[in-house]
Amino acid sequence: MDSHIQVKNLNVYYGKQQALKNINIEIPKNQITTIMGPSGCGKTTLLKTFNRFFELTEDTSLTGEVLVDGKNIYDKDVDVTEVRKVVGLLAQRPSPLPMSIYENIAYGMHIHKMKKDRSEYKAAVRHYLEIAGLWDEVQKRLHDPATSLSIGQQQRLCLARGLAVEPEIILGDEPTSALDPISSQNIESRLIELKQQYTTVIVTHTLRQAKRLADYVIYMYLGEVIEAGPAKEVFSNPKHERTRQYLEGQF
Amino acid sequence: MSLLRKKHWQRRHLMETFMKFIMRVSLFIVAGALGLILWIVIVRGLPSLSWDMVTKIPEGGYYMGKVGGILNAIIGSAYLAGGGTLLAVLFSVPIALYLKTYLGDSKWGQYVRLSLDVLWGIPSIVYGAFGFALMITIGMRASLLAGIIILAFIELPIMTRAMDEVIRRMPVDLEHAALALGSTKFEVALRVVTRQMLPGITTAILLGFGRGIGDAASVLFTAGYTDRIPTSLMRPTASLPLAVFFQLGSPYPEVQQRGYAAALILTIIVLAVSLGSRWLSARLNKYTIK
Repeated sequence: MDSHIQVKNLNVYYGKQQALKNINIEIPKNQITTIMGPSGCGKTTLLKTFNRFFELTEDTSLTGEVLVDGKNIYDKDVDVTEVRKVVGLLAQRPSPLPMSIYENIAYGMHIHKMKKDRSEYKAAVRHYLEIAGLWDEVQKRLHDPATSLSIGQQQRLCLARGLAVEPEIILGDEPTSALDPISSQNIESRLIELKQQYTTVIVTHTLRQAKRLADYVIYMYLGEVIEAGPAKEVFSNPKHERTRQYLEGQF
Repeated sequence: MSLLRKKHWQRRHLMETFMKFIMRVSLFIVAGALGLILWIVIVRGLPSLSWDMVTKIPEGGYYMGKVGGILNAIIGSAYLAGGGTLLAVLFSVPIALYLKTYLGDSKWGQYVRLSLDVLWGIPSIVYGAFGFALMITIGMRASLLAGIIILAFIELPIMTRAMDEVIRRMPVDLEHAALALGSTKFEVALRVVTRQMLPGITTAILLGFGRGIGDAASVLFTAGYTDRIPTSLMRPTASLPLAVFFQLGSPYPEVQQRGYAAALILTIIVLAVSLGSRWLSARLNKYTIK
């Protein structure tokens, strides 16, 4: 397996409480990996270690390694802003920046100084809005506030905004849980289209969504990884008793 | 049956009616006081409010003169409060952003907030005395510059704390969204926090301006008073609050009436500024996330 993210002996603590226990997993390149498990099992915490977001919570500590392309993102010589440029995040609820639709997409490219002039920015904004399937809906109102969009459109805007800084990995923290069914489906089909070019890791607690999206599955319980493997194998023939119970809906 | 607990609900409704009455009385007292202030200023000031008042400088001295106007004080106050506000903004915006971005609710953050609150509470006459003592030490005379600096001192804690309270209400999701794109904390502060909080920051600035333009005690010692229109930062300047003060202190009823006219002009300026700020923050609100 060609792995993009490798997690080695990862332990995470909130104060004295251990949230993740000795995690060792590999996440395959250019596939969709879903992290499943009951509430409070550490799914989101694990996801947040991939873009160093868990550091934003006070009083947290970590041992072990998270390697992206073989480089530990917690090494002293790695800058957190570069990590977050390479590892994008699609949050649970869309949260557009207090700017116009256009500026929302251009913001990330601006701070990373990724384009040379206005016309390049314009073209890039259009490109990423098209990828997110939003261009046709917003092309005539690019300078309206981002909040004038519906929630579903806002989440696609956030996807476009994330892609605009040219990440290699997309993290999704239950990215459809705040959306209506049609908008959810829309986001899901974008993610499937994009998986050729991006390594995608999605936390979900709906089993059906995991089955629709996943190429690779990680099942967690009480801060530990119980089982990880290709989706087909895990769904049809789980090796572990707990995974089987979860898949059968006994939780 | 629980639907028929008449005594119980009667008492609760009585309580509500009673509290509502108290709230209305309070509102009436406050609104009445405001109305009375405006009424007195208008009734006494309006007869003396002529075109000359706002276009000419005093003739025959500000204390005794019955002709001419108070253009010197209008322009002086605009310079004093405008300059003081500008200077205070230059310092308060960085302090407020630093408080939010790097100090947060830490011990140092609490200390800074406490000292700003103490500074806010210090009476302006004390600022005036402090400024005067400082000026004597460095051999500076009463001047527009000294007045601007001391007004900046008075406005700074008000603006900073008002901004701080606004900025603290910044939604955390918004910050995270910007951080997730690889922003530094500074970029979040500069490009996202200020954008989101622009209406609140504008209000804070105008709060400071309002305090600055109306303050008499601090400019009394530091800016002095003169009948001329200020032309240099190093020369004394007149101001509206002191124009009110001196003219009301005059033994001549005609001059006293001119004091009320000056008060009316000052009130109109403050009113115009606060209405303008309302309009401005409504416009700046366009992009903020609610």
